[in-house]
This record gives sequence, C-alpha cells and structure tokens, in this order.
Amino acid sequence: MRSALLYRPIASPLHSTRAVVGTLWLACLGAAALILDHPLALSTILLVILATALMSGLSSQMRGVLRLIAMVALPIVFVNVLVSREGLTVFARLGDLGPFGQGDLTVEALVYGVVFALKVSIFILLGVLGSLAIDPDELIARAMGLSFRSALTASVAIRMLPLLAADAQRFADAQRTRQEMPSRGSMRRRALLLGASFSSALDRSLDIAATLELRGFCSAKRAAGRRRPLSRHDISFSVSALAILALALLGTLAHPLSFQAYPLIHMPISAATVALCAAIALAALLPLLDRRGLIDGGRGLIGHSGLVQ
Amino acid sequence: MLRFDHVTYTYPGAEQPSLRGVDLQIREGEICLVAGLTGQGKSTLLAAACGLVPHFFGGEISGRVSVAGLDTRSHGPGEIGAHVGALFQDPESQLVMSSVRAEIELPLRSRGANPLSVARAVEEVALALGIEHLLSRRTAELSGGEKQKVALAAALAGRPRLVLLDEPTSQLDPVAGDELIGLLSRLNDEWETTILIAEHRLERCLKAADRAIAVEGGRVAWDGDPASLLEWAATHCVSLETPGARLLRLLDLKPPPRSVRAARNTLRAAGMLPAATPENRQLRSHARAGGALKRWRVPLPLRAQSSGEPMLAFRNVWHELKGGAAILRGVTLRFEAGETVALMGRNGAGKSTLLRHAAGLMKPTRGRIEAAGPVSLLLQNPTDYFLRDTVAAEASEQALSAASLLHLKDRHPRDLSGGERERLALAIVSPPARRQSVLALDEPTRGMDRASKAALAVECRSRAREGQTVIVATHDPEFAAACAERVILLADGEVIADGQSSELLAGGWYFATETARILGGLSGALLPEQGAEAVRRAGAGEIAA
Repeated sequence: MRSALLYRPIASPLHSTRAVVGTLWLACLGAAALILDHPLALSTILLVILATALMSGLSSQMRGVLRLIAMVALPIVFVNVLVSREGLTVFARLGDLGPFGQGDLTVEALVYGVVFALKVSIFILLGVLGSLAIDPDELIARAMGLSFRSALTASVAIRMLPLLAADAQRFADAQRTRQEMPSRGSMRRRALLLGASFSSALDRSLDIAATLELRGFCSAKRAAGRRRPLSRHDISFSVSALAILALALLGTLAHPLSFQAYPLIHMPISAATVALCAAIALAALLPLLDRRGLIDGGRGLIGHSGLVQ
Repeated sequence: MLRFDHVTYTYPGAEQPSLRGVDLQIREGEICLVAGLTGQGKSTLLAAACGLVPHFFGGEISGRVSVAGLDTRSHGPGEIGAHVGALFQDPESQLVMSSVRAEIELPLRSRGANPLSVARAVEEVALALGIEHLLSRRTAELSGGEKQKVALAAALAGRPRLVLLDEPTSQLDPVAGDELIGLLSRLNDEWETTILIAEHRLERCLKAADRAIAVEGGRVAWDGDPASLLEWAATHCVSLETPGARLLRLLDLKPPPRSVRAARNTLRAAGMLPAATPENRQLRSHARAGGALKRWRVPLPLRAQSSGEPMLAFRNVWHELKGGAAILRGVTLRFEAGETVALMGRNGAGKSTLLRHAAGLMKPTRGRIEAAGPVSLLLQNPTDYFLRDTVAAEASEQALSAASLLHLKDRHPRDLSGGERERLALAIVSPPARRQSVLALDEPTRGMDRASKAALAVECRSRAREGQTVIVATHDPEFAAACAERVILLADGEVIADGQSSELLAGGWYFATETARILGGLSGALLPEQGAEAVRRAGAGEIAA
C-alpha cells in the first residue's frame, strides 16, 4: 500500500532539483508568506504553489488537500469574525451576547480572518508539496554527514510509515475474514485488536533492527556525502528562492505590499503592488518552465542511457 | 571462512537449546546448502554465523564461532557485517531506506566509505544483479522479487566474503526464485563469494551447491556432497527428499539426482526413458498437448459430484484501479462443490485479487460474483489472525483437535512453527462447527517444509471430500499437484489456462512439477508415486514405440 502523500520521483523541474535546493525554495515561499500580509500577495503565493503542483504532475494529490484546506480555512474566517472585537466597519449586529459583550461583526475581522486563513492554507500546501516533491532520503543523506544515526533513524521512521500502514491494512483484512470475533465496536474487540497490532508492529521493528545491526548501525561512522555538480535546475531554483525573498522584503519595506486590518483596513492596490505580485509569481514560476535535463523516476536522465543523479 | 567449534546456544526463556554442540567449517568459495525441517535450527545457525546470536537475540552460548577470523563473542554483527552479507525470508523487513539507491549505499556509508567508492560500488552491484533500472525507484513500490534483489544488492555492496541466505526464495514465484539462485551461482563464480543458503526447496539449489549439510534437532546430522545428502535423506528424513530423488528411489534406481537432467540420465541408463532424440521430443510434446499417451493417465482422486449449481462463479469480473491498471480482466470462472483448484501465475498475475473478490474483501468494478454461501479466506500471513496469548484462546477445542493442535493449546500462537501457524489460522478462519462452502487459501505454503505442505495438502483434499470447494493460490507446483485436481493459470489478470492439473502441470517449464519435467509429461504424472507407476506401466520400449 502506498500513501498518496509520499515522495515519488517524477520528471519535473522541481523533482529534478537537489533536495536541499528544493527545500530552500519552498522555505523562501513560506518566508514570503510570513513576511507579507497583503491579501493580493498571499493569494499570489497560493496560486504559485498550486501552479507548481500542476506543473510538477501533482495536481491529483493536491485536489484531495484542497478539500482539507477548505475544512480548515472556512472555520478560521468564521471564528475570527465571531470573536474579534476590533474593527470599525460593522456589517451585522447580533445584539448583546451577555459575557461576550456586543456581537458586532466587522468587515475588518472578516478580512483579517481571510488573511490568516490564506497563511494557514499556504503552509499546509507547502508542507504537502515538500513531502511530494522533495526526496527525504536525499535530505537525510545530507544530514548523515552531521549525525549519521539520527539521520538514519529519521529515514527508518519514514520507511516504517507505509510499511506499518500496509501491515495494518493486512491485519484489518485478516480480521474481516475471521469467523468468530467479539461484536464490532465493543471495548474487548478494540483491546484485542490494539494488542495484536502492537505485537505485529514490535515483530516488524525487531526484524528491521536486526537488519540495521547487520548494515553496521552500531559501528556507524560519520559519512561524507557525495559532491554532485550543480544542475541547471539547482541554479535556477536557488536564484528563484533568493529573488522571492528579496521581493517579499522589498514589498514590505517599501510599503507597496503593506497591509493593516485594524481598526480600518489599509490595503493599497497600486501599479507597484500589482507589479511586485507579478514579479513574485514570475520569479517563482520561471524555473518550472525549463524542462531540459529532467531526471525521470526509474530511468535516470531523460534522453541518456546512463544513470545520472 | 566460517568455523563453529562445539557451539551450543539457547534462546532467552527457551527450555531446549536451538544449537547443540555444532562443529562446522565452511571453506572459502564454497556454496553450502543447509537443509532441515522447520524449527530444527537452520535460521539459528545462520544468525550465529553473522553475530546476531548472541549479540542481538541474547540467550546463552557456549563454544566459539569465528567468521573471517573474527570471534563472534568479541565482535558484534556491525563489525562482522563488514565481511558478511545476509538475506532473510521477508524482503519487507530488510529494506530500511525509502529509495533503492539509498538502501544499497547504507552499509557502505555506515562504515565510513568514501563517497566515490560508494557510488562505484552501487553501480557495480546494480549492474551485476541487473537492477540498475531500479536505482531511482522507491522501495515501497517494488514487487516482492525486486525487493529481494535489492536486499541482496545491499548485502553484496561491500563485496562480503561470506553471504548467508535464509530461505531467500520462499516468497518468490518460480521464475524469480530460479533467477535468484542463478545470480548466487554467478557471484560465486565471479567473486568466489562463500555462500551458505538455508532452503526448503532443495531441488532448486542442489545443482548449484558444492556441499550440503542437514540440521536436525540443533545438530549437524549430516555433512557431505549434495547428491549424498539425498541418499541420507532417503533413510533418515524422507521429508527432505526432492521429488526427483523420491521418483528414482521408488524405481529402485541410484544415485539420487541433483537435477532434472541427472534424473533423466539415470532413467535412460536403466532403459526406463527413451533417449533424447528429436522424434522422442516430438512424442513428448504430443503427450503434453493431450495426445496418444493419455491412455496411461494415472487416475487422480475423484471429486464429489456437483449438484448443478456452482458454489462460486465469476462472471466477466474486472477490477480496474482508479487512475491505474486493470488487475482482473474479464475473468469468468465456475467452481463446483468438492473441487480442489490451484490458482497459479507469476507475482502480480491477479491470484490474490481474485481470492479477495471471492471473499468480498474487494468489489469488482465490472461483472459479478455469485456464491452459494459465505467464502472463508485464509490470507498470506497467518500471524495476522492471532489476537490472543494462547492457542486455546484462539480457537475451540474441537477446531484445535481437528487441526491436530490440541497438544499445543498452552503455547503462544506466535511461538508455533510455520506449518502449525497455518493450521491454527485455518482453524480460526474455517472451524469445523461453522465450515463455509468455499475455502480459499492465499499462498499457504510460504516458508513451510515438505512435511507441513504434505499435511496441508491432505487437509485440503479431505475438506473437498466433505463437499467443501477449496481454492488455493500458490507458486508451488508440487503443492498444487498434491492438493488440486484442477489448475487455473493467470497472467496479467486474465485466465490463460484452465484444466486438469495432470494436463497443465505436466506440460510446462516453470509451472510444472519436477516429476513431470523429468518424465517429459509422461501420462500426466505429476508426483513421484504417479511417475513411478507410469514408468512401470509404460516401460521404456512401449514409450519408444
């Protein structure tokens, strides 16, 4: 069984970028979302992430995540409108709510709720994009130079997730075919299943531990990583990451992307605002248009017979 | 290379030692086959050879094991692992990284090898094992055979001097199993790697082995050349005999054969098989196609008469994955009461999916399945059924008695042997008091020795005689021949052959029993007893005619 949100090699520019650079690029998008509060800028970043997913062949996985985002974002907006007592532009009055005071709903609280929901959505999407497009083994391999055992433990944990999920599925199927079981939903049945699942996970852990012993886990030495030349994608995504960060800082310091929700909304929309948002989008999406030298899942460099990584 | 001096070892909490005074010396460059029934100490012997015993498992050990000059009392598995590669039964538990390349790199990187030598070793081992196309793949997405090859690559990446293999082919189909043994043989030729392999299907490994040992009750009961092992087995442990050796023993012929060709040569020398002339080959092909030699057919056990309505029927059943391939493609099948049917085919052919549909664990995307009643399904891993601390708590006394497990009622289910676990799981899934009309078993013989397989085949046939329809998905042609009267061959989700086992298992290469391969499909004989009878009845002259 394979989890839908785990990394798989795909022939896309983002997947072809080394893991450290890919992570840096995503982190810069996240930093931009932290620095900026302007709804237009946040919407731009959100759209950039969705476009990246589309251009990286991850649209189907992202569709499922969008449903989750709707379930998280809408309550954030709703709750902020209800609980925020700041803002001066009232659009509905709920009257006296006793200990909660006057139930005045303001446009400012609504807009701030939207801004906050946009930021939360961006971070969820960045997390998902990272888990789908960044090779965890490669990141761990980099970390092995610093702490071999910690990095290896992290790798085993990542490997164990789909393995234990598959074990659990197998276990559930076996229970469905049993003739005699305590009634469904009873505490006894749950306790039995929990105990047996735990035993099964322990067995699996023991086997994995034996394998690790034989592979030299106990006598582990600090491992040096292999130096690889920078690919065209490594360079373009690095430049893109720095450009995104610089534009976000410029937008905040030079005020075209400044934003204030309370007490009255201050949200300038000028040519400079639109130009900066467009520049962020362009800086982020340009590296994705370069489809030369892609590394494909199981076949190495596309168009070459030898393996390149 | 490997030396055991008076080694006795007891697992923590165990009453009896698993190894008793073992003295053994394996020389550099040897391929040594370790034979023995389940629970006799083969796996413990291998665990002691790589230092997992006693460092990982604990327990009490006396005597001395030295590997490549390292004493396992003072050197742990990590250090010994630099000289020894190990491959065990379950490929899932031997892969610890998420990608194939990282998996193969791990043992080298953990020993501080420099990056360039790691990269070179990965490329070389991948090319040697023919898995270079898998290097960028995720380990979770590989098939069982691919996983086993990747685990072998990780074990071989550091060019170990000794490779230990514990039933490495038990979860593989016949094609992947033969491929793995061929690879080991090649590695031995190229690198002079010493190989110690424990395996139940001796016929698969004997011809590659230079030496064989038999382990019985924790002792090395026999040590010598592979052909003599079969002579010893004929008198001391019949369950270790290969089908070919059994066939020749039943015909009073010697020596026991190490391969199909050796068996044919012995039969020809005795005038019981015609010479391998083109005319005779043609005659055998004709026989396989159901021609003239059918008149010598050995009668197979008769099944109960069907009442007209099938017990289970698949009508144009498709299973198409969302955004993926079709696992079943228009399967139409009918199973009668009292039938024993073997589903065969390579890994991924659709056998397990078909059984899961029968039991209602999966729904077809097109077509329909009709069953006269509920279907009992025993899935691949029997331990998935065990929820309680004792055998007695898992199944009723009547069910345990029927499964011959009553004497083990106070044991923990996970402490049972492979065959006993399978019988207990069967008692849980299909107890005598609530026996369903159809019993389906998915790869029930994985890791089982020949004796346990024979007992399971008897159980399947006895259930069929009582009117139950038994469907078994298996890679093992010997087991299929022993338990099933009908064989269905699947490939890419389609039924490509459906007929009597005497026809289907007699005429193949991979999906054929050893007896059938030796006799070239003569009379549809599949098992050594049938083969011996067919040879006696036919006589060499009659065949030649």
